[in-house]
Amino acid sequence: MSQNKYDVIIVGGGISGCAVAWKLARYNLDVLLLEKDPDVATGTTKANTAIIHAGYNADPEKQKGRLNNKGNIQIKQIVKDLNIPFEEIGSLVVGMEGDDLSVLDELLEKGKRNGVEGLEIVDREWLLREEPHINKDVVAALWAPTAGIITPWEFALAMAQNAVANGAEIQLETEVLDVYTENGKVTGVKTNKGDYQTDYVVNAAGLYADDLAKMVGVEKIEIHPRKGEYYIYDHAKDFEINHVLFPIPTKISKGIVCTPTVEDNLLIGPTSDFVDSKEDLATTREGLDHVFEGAQKMFPDLTLQDSIRVFAGLRAADKTEDFVIEAADTVDGFVNVAGIQSPGLSSAPAIADLTAEILEDLGLTLEEKKDVIETREEPVRFYEMSNEERAEYVEDNKEYGKIICRCETVSYKEILDAIHGPVGARTVNAVKRRTRAGAGRCQGGFCGPRVTQILADELGIDTTEVRLEKNNSKIVEHKIKGLLGSKVIDNA
Amino acid sequence: MLKVKKDVVVIGGGPAGLAAAAEVYDNGVEDVIILERDFELGGILPQCIHNGFGLHYFKEELTGPEYSQRFENDVEERDIEVKLDTMVLDVTPDRKVYAMNQEEGFLEIEAGAVILAMGCRERTAGALGIPGTRPAGVLTAGTAQRFTNIEGYVPGEEVVILGSGDIGLIMARRMRLEGADVKAVCEILPYTGGLTRNVVQCLEDYDIPLLLNHTVTKIIGNDRLEAVEITEVDENMKPKPETSKIIKADTLLLSVGLIPENELSKKADVVLDDTTGGPFVNEGRETNIEGIFACGNVLHVHDLVDWVTQESQIAGNWAAKYVKGEYKRTGSKIKMKAGENVSYVIPHTIELDGSDRNRMPLYMRVSTPLMAVDINLYADGEKLYSFSEPFAKPGEMITVPLAQKTLDDLDDVKEIRVDIIEKEGQ
Amino acid sequence: MKETKTLTCVACPKGCEVTVEFEGNEILNIDGHACPQGQTYAEEEIVAPTRILPTTVRVKGGALPLCPVKTSKQIPLEIIHDAMEIIGQKEVEAPIEIGQVIVENILDTGADVVATRDLPRKIEV
Repeated sequence: MSQNKYDVIIVGGGISGCAVAWKLARYNLDVLLLEKDPDVATGTTKANTAIIHAGYNADPEKQKGRLNNKGNIQIKQIVKDLNIPFEEIGSLVVGMEGDDLSVLDELLEKGKRNGVEGLEIVDREWLLREEPHINKDVVAALWAPTAGIITPWEFALAMAQNAVANGAEIQLETEVLDVYTENGKVTGVKTNKGDYQTDYVVNAAGLYADDLAKMVGVEKIEIHPRKGEYYIYDHAKDFEINHVLFPIPTKISKGIVCTPTVEDNLLIGPTSDFVDSKEDLATTREGLDHVFEGAQKMFPDLTLQDSIRVFAGLRAADKTEDFVIEAADTVDGFVNVAGIQSPGLSSAPAIADLTAEILEDLGLTLEEKKDVIETREEPVRFYEMSNEERAEYVEDNKEYGKIICRCETVSYKEILDAIHGPVGARTVNAVKRRTRAGAGRCQGGFCGPRVTQILADELGIDTTEVRLEKNNSKIVEHKIKGLLGSKVIDNA
Repeated sequence: MLKVKKDVVVIGGGPAGLAAAAEVYDNGVEDVIILERDFELGGILPQCIHNGFGLHYFKEELTGPEYSQRFENDVEERDIEVKLDTMVLDVTPDRKVYAMNQEEGFLEIEAGAVILAMGCRERTAGALGIPGTRPAGVLTAGTAQRFTNIEGYVPGEEVVILGSGDIGLIMARRMRLEGADVKAVCEILPYTGGLTRNVVQCLEDYDIPLLLNHTVTKIIGNDRLEAVEITEVDENMKPKPETSKIIKADTLLLSVGLIPENELSKKADVVLDDTTGGPFVNEGRETNIEGIFACGNVLHVHDLVDWVTQESQIAGNWAAKYVKGEYKRTGSKIKMKAGENVSYVIPHTIELDGSDRNRMPLYMRVSTPLMAVDINLYADGEKLYSFSEPFAKPGEMITVPLAQKTLDDLDDVKEIRVDIIEKEGQ
Repeated sequence: MKETKTLTCVACPKGCEVTVEFEGNEILNIDGHACPQGQTYAEEEIVAPTRILPTTVRVKGGALPLCPVKTSKQIPLEIIHDAMEIIGQKEVEAPIEIGQVIVENILDTGADVVATRDLPRKIEV
């Protein structure tokens, strides 16, 4: 069982918290990651554009600019070690008129200063050849071959799982309520599940990083949630898009992006609107229309016919519009990893490195373990296998023979593994993130009741206790009258 | 990998697959197999516990499970091979079927003919792109029906239903009888998408309001659904913001259309009709790929299972003929054309050089509700014949018989067009 | 007082619009129906509407937790909720055969509640 005293406690199981845990678990340290929700990667990490940026866009003077390219290079190795779905498909910033050329040149210069390799300006002919459906008005584009696409929650999960393999602990549904200090030094945290002692706290609380920072008197961090709305399409077989396509960027946003996902869906978005609430995850008519219109500028033939879902995510933007990765000056042993918005995903390993350096500067001893586990076993992904490969797996284990999600070809065994594997799934959405069950065109219409039942069986809970995601997100309310006997009828 | 050969492989053991398989067998092709992904036969019928099935086919009113059981019994009596819990993963144009189950593992079946009978799926909230959040408690009416009638769980207590398709109407009553407060059924169109009898028996009997020209414009609640915003729409189906109101609800059921499930068909290079969402077929329900047939809701969405049965028997009959080598394509085709007020006509073409065409009903739907209609058939522009109906509704399929004799007289005709128009003075 | 009501006949899926003129429980005129069923339906609908009740009953030891059932004939609409309560308290041991009587003569209506499918026993693993 879990102990009570740790060397480092990381607060927040998003991409940053998971990356820091992954990094610190390599050392002889007792590391604990606390996540308030029933799964890792349920905040900003699950709702973004899923891109590993090349690093030309960020200001070289900012932390963003310094960490993006570094992270991009590291990720290429990490995805191999941890078996994370990633494709280096390259990105394009597409100019539609003559004036755009100067912007492209500026981006090219900025990219060079950030150390981004392979950047070049490509012409109309190149674009029409590479992207057959693109607007015929294109003039030129900045081509960044090192950009890629990734499954963001799988990225976070893989790092969390590797951290656990290397001895870190993860406590889910554990919310930090206060940070204890003594004589100007961090001594522990208070949570809804009890107290934990520690000398160092890493604040990777995402949207709530400012609230956590305030607990140790840091007032300078102000997280202003900025919403991004998206459409996601069914497997884009009839509408092929080959690269990540950006329009010419504005001051605060990279504009409406059109990109394939690693799972071969088409993703368009996001908007960029400040909202008042950190809980405001609602899409809006105006936002969705803006996304679609933006995407249509890039691909005039795009329709909404094959769209299967809309969603919104919140960027955890600090008022400085930069990452805030630094030791708190109010108390010893507290490191803020705040304001992690785009390119946070791309920078994650570099953010983790920087955090480790800061901790070391604060006095933490980083002594690498002798037998660090560098890899994560590749999860079985039936949907990407050939029939021959599937046949072999079924031969080996009959539980692969039962398909639970028909749209995405997810087997019973994969769902069992997702539930019982490291950092196991407890909710329907957690199963979906790990296996894709329910992520397809019928959106869980077929597999939803089945996954709910498997979760109930495997977790030993009642079906009415199975949740979609967090808090009170119950799938079904109660048993029907006939199954409750006279009880509910008497109450009716 | 287990490799076997079968004369006919039927994909899907719902009403379409059951009727097609029995028909294949009765036409002398006994080596037929049904592959069903669920743990039992019947498709959607076992969860459709309400009555209203079979009035045309059996001339009596049955519930879904009863209707299904009659065809399950037919299959059992004929000793037709059935594989349950078996998911078909792939079908090739040369009729190899790849499937999987827990007992036998991976299967490769070389089929003399394939009958596609996979049915349809429901349109989801995501496909509609309703603004708002993505909480628990938003589900399709069919999923809610499965939870309630098969698994025994009530999805929620305060319910709003979007769409007046039959499953939505049926679930309004079912949830009401299970003690839920069904607050409204919203329909964006000015008329209901379901059968009139269901509006009466499921809504009016229980004083559940049917709000025509209304849609859900916002989903509210981060964890579990808390409320929905409903708004009246104008004649172009644009919401009128001043009419918006919030209704407290923990459950939103969607009954907003069914989509033929043709992902497997596409793998076999079967060409689909954008209007129906199903394959293009000739009068034998054969697709563009020789020896691959389609019937039931995978071909086009039916209003009544009775027509699914009838159509599946046609497909079964011709699939058997195909296997026995009793027909070949003539190469000359009569094209069926959906004319005025007609959204589609099935079959798309008449082309088989077969023996009997006795059972040759044309299935069609109107694109808009009409009163006192004439259904007119034209062969290359010349009137063939016509008959009348008291009304025609988009939610209800129209069946028009095309007699053998009429067809025999149609030498060199290129096109048969159907118009459905209101009688003058309407 | 003479009243007129337009009903949609639910005797078959055709859904004829039937217009009934009536005074209290006395039918004065019926119009718009395509067959005799429509006449009967309209009369009953004005005097005392009746419906088939389809629902489910709890099963002990069954392959499924529930078995679908229906009333063998129409019962008065106004007692549907009472009937639901009686059926809701019932439990039936599997195996169940289609047509098996689950509740005899429910609420003295002369209608039995009958199973609408075969339901085998759960196979213990």
